[in-house]
Amino acid sequence: MNNLVGTHSDGNMGMTSGVNTVPFKTRVRPYLIVAPALLITIGIMIPFAMAIYFSLTAYTFRIPNSTFVGFRNWTRMFENPQFWNAMSVTLKYAFWSTTVEMLLGLGIAMLLSNLKSRFSRIMRVALIFPLMVAPVVGTIIWQLMLRSSVGIIDKMLNVIGIYEAQWGASHQTAMMTVVMIDVWINCPFVIILILAGLQSLPKSPFESAKIDGGSAWFNFRNLMLPMLKPCILIALLFRLMAALQEFSIIFALTKGGPGDTLMSLSVTAYTQGYMYQKFASALPLILILWVLVNIAANIIVKAWRKAQYQAAGKEMEEAVPKHGRKGAKQAVREGE
Amino acid sequence: MTARKRLVAILQNGGLAIYAIFALFPLLWMFILTFKSDAEMLTTTFVFTPTLINYEQVFFYSDYLRYIRDSFIVSTGAVLISVLAGVPAAYAFARYSFKKKETIAFQILSFKFAPEILVVLPLYMLYRQMGIYDTYLGLIWVYQLISMPLIIWVVRGYFEDISVEIEHAAQVDGYPWWQIFLKVLLPLIKPGLVSSALLCFIFAWNSFTFPLLLAGIKVEPITVAATKYLAQSTVHYGQMAVAATCSALPSIIFAVVIQKHLVRGLSFGAVKG
Repeated sequence: MNNLVGTHSDGNMGMTSGVNTVPFKTRVRPYLIVAPALLITIGIMIPFAMAIYFSLTAYTFRIPNSTFVGFRNWTRMFENPQFWNAMSVTLKYAFWSTTVEMLLGLGIAMLLSNLKSRFSRIMRVALIFPLMVAPVVGTIIWQLMLRSSVGIIDKMLNVIGIYEAQWGASHQTAMMTVVMIDVWINCPFVIILILAGLQSLPKSPFESAKIDGGSAWFNFRNLMLPMLKPCILIALLFRLMAALQEFSIIFALTKGGPGDTLMSLSVTAYTQGYMYQKFASALPLILILWVLVNIAANIIVKAWRKAQYQAAGKEMEEAVPKHGRKGAKQAVREGE
Repeated sequence: MTARKRLVAILQNGGLAIYAIFALFPLLWMFILTFKSDAEMLTTTFVFTPTLINYEQVFFYSDYLRYIRDSFIVSTGAVLISVLAGVPAAYAFARYSFKKKETIAFQILSFKFAPEILVVLPLYMLYRQMGIYDTYLGLIWVYQLISMPLIIWVVRGYFEDISVEIEHAAQVDGYPWWQIFLKVLLPLIKPGLVSSALLCFIFAWNSFTFPLLLAGIKVEPITVAATKYLAQSTVHYGQMAVAATCSALPSIIFAVVIQKHLVRGLSFGAVKG
């Protein structure tokens, strides 16, 4: 009970007291207040139920018959090497972009918080610019740099003896190119989250560690990292979720090509469902992606919850939520 | 010791400078290209005769302003609806305790993580049947998946930061709950609310997948239109650069304005910057 008012736990007058003692009108009020927001968003989720249903039919946009075909679309998908390729592209893309962003983001955030110069203060603001550019537009900006005719990168590479780098047009470098663009756009997200975490760290443990004379690496691993962990995990959560389903960057750079080099689950589902109008057979691809996203999210959220308690120095048992996820956010809030 | 310290400082500044070049040079390069004529595009690098012809072409001889207008209408509409419906909901989540509260709140949050293509494919079919395919209304509605979770979760945090005592004092003075909400609470959360709304605007403005599939003929936001500049057979790089610059500018300006609240907004309230 009085879940979120918990932060001011004595504030229990009237509106948050025991449910049964308050009149019906007051009890219903919160639902009424929430209802419009919920209706607007739930309405848009009808398609989600539709997606599951239509994945079991033979529906295409050209021949709109919804004959029930059982799991045919699903079994066909698992037999199709295209699907396994899409799966591997999705996982590779998510792994590389998230890993590079997390490591680079952590490094740059630590530099920014160490340096107190004017340069670093300006950079704190300027470095978020790429994050604010639409991914599609960001990809266009990179095209302006990479296309051999107009791009400047080719001219610079010529100086060191590399000619006609193909970037997105070659099998070998296409993945690297999209990951680079993803890092360019999204690394600032990781930077500012971790920087915020660094700035909220208490000073005293680090001062006493200095006196104890532990090595910098020791202090980083055993002191700073555990305290930063909640922040890092939040950044990881948001980045991984987005990277698994990334569509705009790949689409704007190569539409999935060359060949099927960049055909991730999202791009394949788009091509199948929208370009070829084979609606029903595209849906299993994207439903699988949704399952993947959910599993990843659950793992990270669990780890994050644990890290929150440890960082706040609380006992695990005290914080174990009574109603599943319900208490997590709350305990986190108190932990801050 | 001092020599070592100086070395460390040099390395740190150097590392930051290298990243800064990586992050900012593409934007600078884009900006430079906007002033380069097609004739000089392929032959020159940094030294050329600047011209405004690309701006003239984009603004006066293309549909660019129409794309900007469409983006603006759809993004503003989406943010307005999310604020009107979402802020009261955020208040309820912050202050009332009711059954299934967290379940509902997490349900709304989960919309943010649903793969966009998954939502959009069936929606394409539904929108055609409902007759809102390729309309402002259709896009504004689907954009709620971007803006509503953000408004609710971030503003909820701002409400929770306000002491309940303030509300109790107003209650004792005999104000009804909605007057307390409008006259006491809203002014207090105003900075946070404005920042969240602007962040929603940025996200809606930058959205690509939704308008790509659910609009594109009569209603064409700038992100979808921008890919056209790439596909043209004779690519006018200068015009492409102008289009990219002008579509990125509002987002960047807004981001600088709301800089203080950015961390909190981007992390949906999980990290308080």
